[in-house]
Amino acid sequence: MKRGLVYLGLAALAAFYLLPVYVLVVTSLKELSEVSLEAMWRLPRTLTVASFVRAWAGSPGTGTRGLGQNFWNSVSLALPAVGLSVLMGSLNGYVLAQWRFRGSDTLFVLLLFGMFIPYQSVLIPLVRVLQTLGLYGTLPGLVLVHVVYGLPITTLLFRNYYAAIPVAMVEAAQIDGAGILGIYRRIVVPLSGPATVVAVIWQFTQIWNEFLFGVVITNKPTVQPITVALNNLAGSFIVEWNVQMAGALLAALPTLVVYALMGRYFVQGLLAGSVKA
Amino acid sequence: MRTARLAPVALLLPSVVLVSVFVYGFIGWTAWLSLTNVNDLMVNPVRVVGLANFTRLMTLPRFRIGLENTVTFSLTFITGCLVLGLGGALLINSTVRLEGLWRTIYLMPMALSFIVTGVVWRWLMNPSSGLNLLLNGAGLGSLKSGWYTDPGFGIKAIAIAAVWQLSGYTMAMYLAGLRAIPAELYEAASVDGAGARQTFWRITMPLLMPVTLSAVIVLGHVSLKIFDLVIAIAGPQGGPAFSSDVPANFMFQTVFQANRFAEGAAVSVVLLVLVSLLVIPYLAWSFRRGIGW
Repeated sequence: MKRGLVYLGLAALAAFYLLPVYVLVVTSLKELSEVSLEAMWRLPRTLTVASFVRAWAGSPGTGTRGLGQNFWNSVSLALPAVGLSVLMGSLNGYVLAQWRFRGSDTLFVLLLFGMFIPYQSVLIPLVRVLQTLGLYGTLPGLVLVHVVYGLPITTLLFRNYYAAIPVAMVEAAQIDGAGILGIYRRIVVPLSGPATVVAVIWQFTQIWNEFLFGVVITNKPTVQPITVALNNLAGSFIVEWNVQMAGALLAALPTLVVYALMGRYFVQGLLAGSVKA
Repeated sequence: MRTARLAPVALLLPSVVLVSVFVYGFIGWTAWLSLTNVNDLMVNPVRVVGLANFTRLMTLPRFRIGLENTVTFSLTFITGCLVLGLGGALLINSTVRLEGLWRTIYLMPMALSFIVTGVVWRWLMNPSSGLNLLLNGAGLGSLKSGWYTDPGFGIKAIAIAAVWQLSGYTMAMYLAGLRAIPAELYEAASVDGAGARQTFWRITMPLLMPVTLSAVIVLGHVSLKIFDLVIAIAGPQGGPAFSSDVPANFMFQTVFQANRFAEGAAVSVVLLVLVSLLVIPYLAWSFRRGIGW
């Protein structure tokens, strides 16, 4: 009896989380003629990927853009931004965990605060500075922004992870004459696997899904990341719900695949920070 | 030895410089801007006008609506996340089959962007379709709503979508908290003859307090910053007559559509102060406890 109630509760919750997914998938596989307000919950009579093609390629006839180019923009944004922010976060975390100096804890807190700020409070100067540097409206500019504002969380992840490395191990290597970078390369990097996976997944999800910096810094549709383009597409295909849903699925696919394959690490990143959502 | 002491600082230097400029320098710049008359593309001469931008904000209906909406959104969103999060965690923790499957389903929305969530929920909450059809079908027609098109309900509709996206996160926090409670405590309680209800209120809930506090702070600061989801569901104007607008979007519109830089800077200073009031005590508290850092 009690068991039954537990499973009933679990199933009800699952329905709440899955209903939107059902609508997303079912609508995206319908032909436009089958998409109507009354038929939202009905299964498609004929399956078609036409809406995916339209969401990806746009409809050149009417000058409506698709998401294809923006998908690749997001790829070429995320790869360098994830790589750099994870590398720098790892170095910072190593120094802050194993080479403490006077004021290093204060420095760490000041760094951490950077991930809580509402980014509205830096946007105006950010645009001005990027314009001066010639980086406004470009993907490299957006990469720089994501690296800088990703440093707090990556530093936090690695600092907590490296704190578990015994100080004696580092001291022994020092006595053997290894320098700070030598120890990093020979002792710390080989131990970094799990933390790196967590940091990479976390940063990839954050950067792929980010919208505010994208919409502010990239003004040209050809440069914009996929979140910005999806928001525009949802505005231009306002009645073609199947195209909107297909576009949303395309935009969600990379992070969903990462989550499906490595969900365990994703949750670890979530809890390790316990800070950023 | 001297180089040995300088080396750590040198390694941190690039990040320290970047964060000093991009976080603290820019915040200072924004704060200064909020005290000036730069409310157009060309302003000459630039003058310091004190708190004039802030006093003007208080007279703008759209800003006041935004602040009120932030309160409504926070209450709806945080309550929803705590209830579903704790409920889900307790269910999963009662040694069920297929635990991994349930967890995977509940946390899946966390992998999506607010824009994707917004696009889907705008379709689901279409007043002539989606949820309203379901409610009708279930004989609950009285619960039908205009959702985001209803000026009196709009911001709550957006909060529901936010609960869908982030309650799994709260659940993961609670689940970790539940698993950290020593089994001996429950054994001792059962030896002492405590019932299930007593055990829950005397042991489980008090020991979950730190988790609840963390969750409220994290979710609260998300509420203050909410932006993408509002745009994706209610559009750039934040629904009919700004009824679902929030300060983060008001700032964006003020600066990047109307070029009223000083006024937008003032909005972001207000946001920053609110977030700081929430987060700085939390950071201090976390460090003193020394857990998770």
